[in-house]
Amino acid sequence: MMTPEQNFMRKIEAEEKIEPKDWMPESYRQNLIRQISQHAHSEVIGMQPEGNWITRAPSLRRKAVLLSKVQDEGGHGLYLYSATETLGVKRADLIAAMQSGEAKYASIFNYPTQTWADIGAIGWLVDGAAIVNQVSLQRTSYGPYSRAMIRICKEESFHQRQGYELMIALAHGSPEQKAMAQDALNRFYWPALMMFGPHDAESAHSAKSMTWKIKRETNDDLRQKFIDQTVPQIEFLGLEHPDKDLKWNAERGHYDSGEIDWAEFYNVINGNGHCNRQRVEHHIRAHEEGAWVRDAMTAYNAKQQAKTAEQRQAA
Amino acid sequence: MATDNLELYEVFVRARRGLDHKHVGSLHAQDAEQALEYARDVYTRRSEGVSIWVVRSRDICASQEDDSESFYDPSDDKPYRHATYYQLPEAVNNM
Ligand SMILES: [Fe+2]
Ligand SMILES: [Fe+2]
Repeated sequence: MMTPEQNFMRKIEAEEKIEPKDWMPESYRQNLIRQISQHAHSEVIGMQPEGNWITRAPSLRRKAVLLSKVQDEGGHGLYLYSATETLGVKRADLIAAMQSGEAKYASIFNYPTQTWADIGAIGWLVDGAAIVNQVSLQRTSYGPYSRAMIRICKEESFHQRQGYELMIALAHGSPEQKAMAQDALNRFYWPALMMFGPHDAESAHSAKSMTWKIKRETNDDLRQKFIDQTVPQIEFLGLEHPDKDLKWNAERGHYDSGEIDWAEFYNVINGNGHCNRQRVEHHIRAHEEGAWVRDAMTAYNAKQQAKTAEQRQAA
Repeated sequence: MATDNLELYEVFVRARRGLDHKHVGSLHAQDAEQALEYARDVYTRRSEGVSIWVVRSRDICASQEDDSESFYDPSDDKPYRHATYYQLPEAVNNM
């Protein structure tokens, strides 16, 4: 007879998915709750830096595209909160943990969007990095997370392309536009690399997550993929690569790159980025301003139920 | 046996771990437990599934086919939600 733990590991090793009603180790559950809810918070908070430019998009076409993208991110948040809820937690508690700072979201969204070119850089680099990570997570061992990732990846494909298309327009435009594109690339390139998290040796959650196949590839491997794929994209734009130490390594078949400023990474994670306070305050304000809608729905619901009960009595 | 006083249930089967439950059909049953057993006998005789959901048909809220034009209309004029809308040069078209 197999113990539940052995049976769990057997499924993991056989590449079978774990489903919500299966037995799972408590730390597997906790690890998933942390990772998936953090992912959900990132989708939702990520709407703010881009939302900042919806009313100022330079054309109706760009505005419609950006609006659609931001709508998608809201939907991604929903898919991921729902996946987290299959683990027996309440969405309200997850949101409260994010608002109190106890739960994190991706640090990248604590950077401000200063110019219109930032919208291009975000779609291209930030969504680009997210896609590398999410494609890998389609094979995660937890069924609901895996299915959410598959759905999200399908929708993501336009996010990166619209961003890059915007960058082409600027980089191949006037000298001022090209300078704006270069500036956005310079500011977003390094934070995009940081999205993959600390080096494998320093990553607190990585080893266990790999054994349980929550994560399928390490932070450094995923980051390398992103670095490699981005080089020809920068070249095509005719922009300068922000990493001056970047060099092709024929032996490895990969690009060697300069070191990330990890002090900045931890500084932003720990709450001292440009927009940390603003992002959370805005989320809280929007949440509180929407309270009357939720209250109205509850009141309406109660009335409807009372009405049905009355009708039933009368009948 | 008359089926008039039996409940109608919709049956969803997960073919393999990792896949969504898919609607496969419906059946009449006295209660949920019986519906599950019937579903097993009717819809998974050849190991078609590893998990079954049964839902009372009257608990399902469905959109109306007749309204579908106005219901889905807001998505019809937004081709830019598709990746193929963005034409990129060959050199970078792999994203
Ligand atoms: Fe997303
Ligand atoms: Fe996205």
